[in-house]
Amino acid sequence: MSGHDHDHEHGPGHEHPHAAPASPLAERVKSLEALLVTKKLVDPDSLNALIDTYEHKVGPRNGAKVVARAWVDPAYKERLLRDATAAIAEFGFTGRQGEDMVVVENTPAVHNMVVCTLCSCYPWPVLGLPPVWYKSAPYRSRAVLDPRGVLREFGTIIGDEVEVRVWDSTAELRYLVLPERPAGTEGLSEEQLAELVTRDSMIGVTKAKTPESVS
Amino acid sequence: MNGAHDMGGMHGMGPIDTDPNDPLFHAEWEKRAFAITLALGFHGRWNIDMARHARENRHPLDYLGSSYYELWLKGVERLAVDTGMISAEELATGEPAEVTAAPPPDPARVAAILAKGASAKLEDDVPVRFAVGARVLVLDITTTGHTRVPRYCRGRIGTIDRDHGVYIFPDTHAHGLGKKPQHCYSVRFSGRDLWGDTAPANDAIYVDLWDDYLEAAP
Repeated sequence: MSGHDHDHEHGPGHEHPHAAPASPLAERVKSLEALLVTKKLVDPDSLNALIDTYEHKVGPRNGAKVVARAWVDPAYKERLLRDATAAIAEFGFTGRQGEDMVVVENTPAVHNMVVCTLCSCYPWPVLGLPPVWYKSAPYRSRAVLDPRGVLREFGTIIGDEVEVRVWDSTAELRYLVLPERPAGTEGLSEEQLAELVTRDSMIGVTKAKTPESVS
Repeated sequence: MNGAHDMGGMHGMGPIDTDPNDPLFHAEWEKRAFAITLALGFHGRWNIDMARHARENRHPLDYLGSSYYELWLKGVERLAVDTGMISAEELATGEPAEVTAAPPPDPARVAAILAKGASAKLEDDVPVRFAVGARVLVLDITTTGHTRVPRYCRGRIGTIDRDHGVYIFPDTHAHGLGKKPQHCYSVRFSGRDLWGDTAPANDAIYVDLWDDYLEAAP
């Protein structure tokens, strides 16, 4: 690779010589979008609505509300573990990539974590779109082979006496981990508890935050 | 197909980037590729199994060498051409030969479409083949078509943990050969039955598998 080169050549009309050139992929997507819009196959407003939905409206704060409710309401937790789809729908969290849900509970004896080794299946209505690492080869290849090693990479140490369960989402079921409620949270409200519930704790690669870590 | 996407159990893929603040999208074009894929899918010309196969059915170097949303882009390009929504010439030139008569789905309906989703669960009355607790052998399936049985559990024995009910079978659905309704189960494998005696004694891997992938264990 060449080093940083200040001797750029600029053709006529280049008013912004330091603007980064568009990548070939960016150009390819732009060309495809223009073609589809011209052919009236997609509406740009639909594209904007889709991006806005998953950038700003649907994300792991949804799942955190579900988890906090399960921590404070035993009857809700029972419904959640028995029929996760219906219990999550009580919050209005439904639909695409969460049509059929399963919730698995972490306990002192069992630690659960979720992967999709074949692609990137992930419960969108409660967690939004998956992080890059969840879709990446390092996680997908090793989550089933060496789950405790993967957990250590996330800083999560699981005792030898604790059973580790890995859920490979190979079908149209989407999995959410119900993390353990942290110690010392007896006086917290449901809203305060939800602040302790991270995205990664609901994938099962970390535990929920402790009150000390957020104060 | 025994493709590069089926990577459970592979070595050598390197460390995981665990940064919790890593953004979901790393470039504007990734957002557009994501949205184009969903919006074009609203026409109903393909199903999710066809979409997965379009991303996965390619040379391993192409699959492993492409970023995530690059694969989505390549997948939706292939689907659009294969279903005749655009021609290969239009894709190559970017110049539309003809404009579709019907308008695209109303943007005001996007939220409702997403909230409804499309469940793969079916109401068909199909007899259950395996009871919870039954020991099952995963068939050693090799197919050039689409399948959702990972290589790492083929030929291995597990236990039915739960019956999810009747679901669309992806191996036929991906190729326009029907839903072939059948039960889908969560099958529990011990880590040692998959990876040998060096695996911890109390690791378990659960894989969702359909009737057609399974037979009663001997």
